[in-house]
Amino acid sequence: MTELNSSAGQGISGSGATEPGVDQSGRKRMTFGEGGLAFIFGVLALACITVAAKAQDSAYAFHAYLSAFASLATVFVILNRYIDRPAQLPALEIDGKPNYNFGPVKFATLAAVFWGIAGFLIGVIIAFQLAFPVLNFDLPWIAFGRLRPLHTSAVVFAFGGNVLLGTSFYVVQRTSRARLAGYLAPWFVVLGYNFFILLAGTGYLLGITQSKEYAEPEWYADLWLTVVWVTYLLVFLGTLWRRKEPHIYVANWFYLAFIVTIAMLHLGNNASVPISVFSPKSYIVWSGVQDAMVQWWYGHNAVGFFLTAGFLAIMYYFIPKRAERPVYSYRLSIVHFWAIIFLYIWAGPHHLHYTALPDWAQTLGMTFSIMLWMPSWGGMINGLMTLSGAWDKLRTDPVIRMMVVSVAFYGMSTFEGPLMSVKAVNSLSHYTDWTIGHVHSGALGWVAYISFGAIYCLVPWLWQKRELYSLRLVNWHFWISTIGIVFYISSMWVAGILQGLMWRAYTSLGFLEYSFIETVEAMHPFYIIRALGGVLFLIGGLIMAFNVYMTIRQPGTVAADTGARTPSLVPAE
Amino acid sequence: MNETYRAVAEFAQTWGLIYFVGLFVCVLIYALSPSRKRQFEDAARMPLSED
Repeated sequence: MTELNSSAGQGISGSGATEPGVDQSGRKRMTFGEGGLAFIFGVLALACITVAAKAQDSAYAFHAYLSAFASLATVFVILNRYIDRPAQLPALEIDGKPNYNFGPVKFATLAAVFWGIAGFLIGVIIAFQLAFPVLNFDLPWIAFGRLRPLHTSAVVFAFGGNVLLGTSFYVVQRTSRARLAGYLAPWFVVLGYNFFILLAGTGYLLGITQSKEYAEPEWYADLWLTVVWVTYLLVFLGTLWRRKEPHIYVANWFYLAFIVTIAMLHLGNNASVPISVFSPKSYIVWSGVQDAMVQWWYGHNAVGFFLTAGFLAIMYYFIPKRAERPVYSYRLSIVHFWAIIFLYIWAGPHHLHYTALPDWAQTLGMTFSIMLWMPSWGGMINGLMTLSGAWDKLRTDPVIRMMVVSVAFYGMSTFEGPLMSVKAVNSLSHYTDWTIGHVHSGALGWVAYISFGAIYCLVPWLWQKRELYSLRLVNWHFWISTIGIVFYISSMWVAGILQGLMWRAYTSLGFLEYSFIETVEAMHPFYIIRALGGVLFLIGGLIMAFNVYMTIRQPGTVAADTGARTPSLVPAE
Repeated sequence: MNETYRAVAEFAQTWGLIYFVGLFVCVLIYALSPSRKRQFEDAARMPLSED
């Protein structure tokens, strides 16, 4: 797969050598990337059919057939694309301006909207299942235990992942003033990643899991993701390599840290050996507490680098762009970057307080978590202060409002996180719904809101529309979702603290005061409030999907993609 | 076992600290040095100054 990128690059430079003056324009040659990739996918299809025939269980056979079908479809698409394309591959520049490649960005943006709604919907379903267990219907495929990883993967990896793929491919092109590297490679990354999501999600429903939180997909899906991710890194680096700007903009640093670290975490946490190529089952090479530590080194840095570094990159590009103000302090952004990547990687052990993990490792995790207050708040201040001189836009532009509230939620949840990592606090909060509330203030408030903001910016830019279909709908989305988040996090705070206090309540004779089921019953009203909060958040997502659809359907396009908003109704500063 | 732990801990608590503080100072020098003031001011405007 790695040669795909470089070969496509060669194809481009090769066609660049054949200038229009040379009388060869009628003849078209297949690039090494096209031919090689079609061949590899042909072989892969045969291999998948073989595996499917000998698969040890039906769910795995289904995945093998699905992969075979996808491989054949890929061969067809590559050949079809070759037949349809002109002899010359797309030029890097047209009239001295970069010829940006926005196709994969458009796909990822729409995929993000789709997966976001799917993920929110499954979240609502499992929230109601917790309040009313009868909703499990005694069916294994839709039992809470299978739907829960489907929800987390759908929102984190499918929704968040597509937002990151799309925005990173957009930002790296715009800030480098260079076309995305590779001809097929960017499409391979975007489509291959979404195929991974499909494998993961259907696998959970059919009962395929390696039971590692946020890393549930089994070995074959992990291998596939590794190939996709390495290609992603090469496309990103290749684009930076081509840049016309001498300086690499800070957002690209954050994206790069996200891509590299996720590769490292993925390899470390999925070092497993399958029992057979004909079985989905594998065993991890780590054992006992080491396995737990590797898992939470992975788990926490999935939060730190996937859900934080990647989305900080979005903050550093989209907020200045939309507010039409420079970054408040570029120097602070550099300190922010290096401090956050060097501190985050050590914070994982705080997920294992009061376990078999050695005390010193727990204390280390706690200490680094507390130190994270500094870069987190430095970054938050930098994001918020970027609006200085443009604060009136909070009133006039609901998209800016969404992104600014998102940065405020970032500050709030990065304050709460280190607090909860303190051992004394953790002894109350751990295993309770407080943790769920904390995660969602970060996920709904920070990650989803900055993503919504980015999507609302990107859609008119990519489809060359003057403005969104309706800013009033963005306003509705904002307020409905915000009320939903408030329902969600406040009910989980109360529920979590109540739960923690009930678990540790003793009678005067030293017995536990409450049985476990009594604490479960006490949660019921809060679970209902939480589910209603989720419904509101889902409604907000649907409003966004409608707005995106109507924006794309608007007739006419603006000539040049300036990326900037038309300056209208901006009062004097 | 305990001895190994103590040796590792001592190493981490001294050299680890020096390493991190040293790295942080390097970042501060890079970010705050007056000679790069112009470059970073231009960089802060990069999202705005696109074609």
